[in-house]
Amino acid sequence: MNWRVGIVVDLRAETDRVASIALRLAGWPGHRAGQHVDVRLTAEDGYQAQRSYSIASAPDDAELVLTVERIEDGEVSSYLVDELRPDDELELRGPIGGYFVWEQSLGGPLVLLAGGSGIAPLRAMLRHRLRSGSAVPVRLLYSARSQSELIYRDELADAGRRGGVDVRFTLTRERPDGWQGYDRRIDRELIAEVAWPPAERPLVYICGPTAFVETAADALLALGHDPGRIRTERFGPTGG
Amino acid sequence: MHISRGFHGRHREQADPGRVPPGQYVTSDFPVLSAGPTPRVSAEQWTLSLVGELDQPRSWSWDEFRALPREDITVDIHCVTKWSKLDTAWTGISVDTLLEGTDTPALHVLAHCDGGYTTNLPLEDVTGGRAWVAYAYDGEPLDPEHGGPARLLVPHLYFWKSAKWLRALELRLDDEPGFWESYGYHNYGDPWREQRYDGD
Repeated sequence: MNWRVGIVVDLRAETDRVASIALRLAGWPGHRAGQHVDVRLTAEDGYQAQRSYSIASAPDDAELVLTVERIEDGEVSSYLVDELRPDDELELRGPIGGYFVWEQSLGGPLVLLAGGSGIAPLRAMLRHRLRSGSAVPVRLLYSARSQSELIYRDELADAGRRGGVDVRFTLTRERPDGWQGYDRRIDRELIAEVAWPPAERPLVYICGPTAFVETAADALLALGHDPGRIRTERFGPTGG
Repeated sequence: MHISRGFHGRHREQADPGRVPPGQYVTSDFPVLSAGPTPRVSAEQWTLSLVGELDQPRSWSWDEFRALPREDITVDIHCVTKWSKLDTAWTGISVDTLLEGTDTPALHVLAHCDGGYTTNLPLEDVTGGRAWVAYAYDGEPLDPEHGGPARLLVPHLYFWKSAKWLRALELRLDDEPGFWESYGYHNYGDPWREQRYDGD
């Protein structure tokens, strides 16, 4: 798989620690929602560092978007969030991964469970669902510590007003006055309320920190969901 | 080589470069990566089987497996998602011990796991003291998230080859791609040759 050079065409601060990087890539073969890329940085003396990042844009979007969270002491993520500027070049290769993907042929109903910056590949799936004209019903539950840490908040709230799309937020640490969403960490009751019952055979995608993914997947199994219908992607505190 | 403007790198002196393959960085954490939910299998329910191209299939209960001669193994491990972890300490049974006394014309192994995961390896990569079925990490029973009750440990290949929740080793004449190998990852996965993806 070859390395390519993308041009940064737009940078957007999503939160204090998260930025979205839009890239123009000549000859990009396209991707499926949920796939990722490898990014490689090279210093002047030849030192290199690589990391993987989920693609946050839909296959139907004009530009490839990576949404990156700055990890404490993360040499790649801090460069991408703090140093990168428009017109810079960024080396990457992909798309990578063929299992944690959603496309129309896989059907639904679709349950998307996101913890923190784990929303990125699920946002790609949701955008693809909206842009491809699919009628598959979707329910998204997105957990973050506080309102200011919600990524794509307005976009997701707008999506939740579209037919067949149900978007819910839960804030685990701080909530603004008058908060209408959920107010706790995910647990079995919350999953049962958001997901369709096992008899509906929903297709479930979970992405977030390991503890979030383990809790969500264990809850789904305890509720009687088919493990073969649950796809997970995890990231730990490292991944820099 | 494509220089990244303003990138200097922070971690270059953290480890012996002879121990860290290209494109990897060293972590002290133990990240978890799995395609689906973590299977929860108790030791009482667990068995390990040796099937396929051999004179007599074999199977071990947990107690039988634990009665086999064990080895303590300290090795560096390398995940395709870029992290490497040095000096990880495991306890397990050598695959050589499991194969002892069998006669097989097989050239390949397909590992089968709870949850349906599979991974393929050349037989010669899991023999000759290069692979184990590990059941303890740092002296403690292996957590389910990390593959407990027992997982394959093949430290000289990318860590997806060290299949979690191992239940059977199938000896085969032909090579059958496993789970990630069917989703675009490299068939062999040598970290020192950076064989991450198909075609690398």
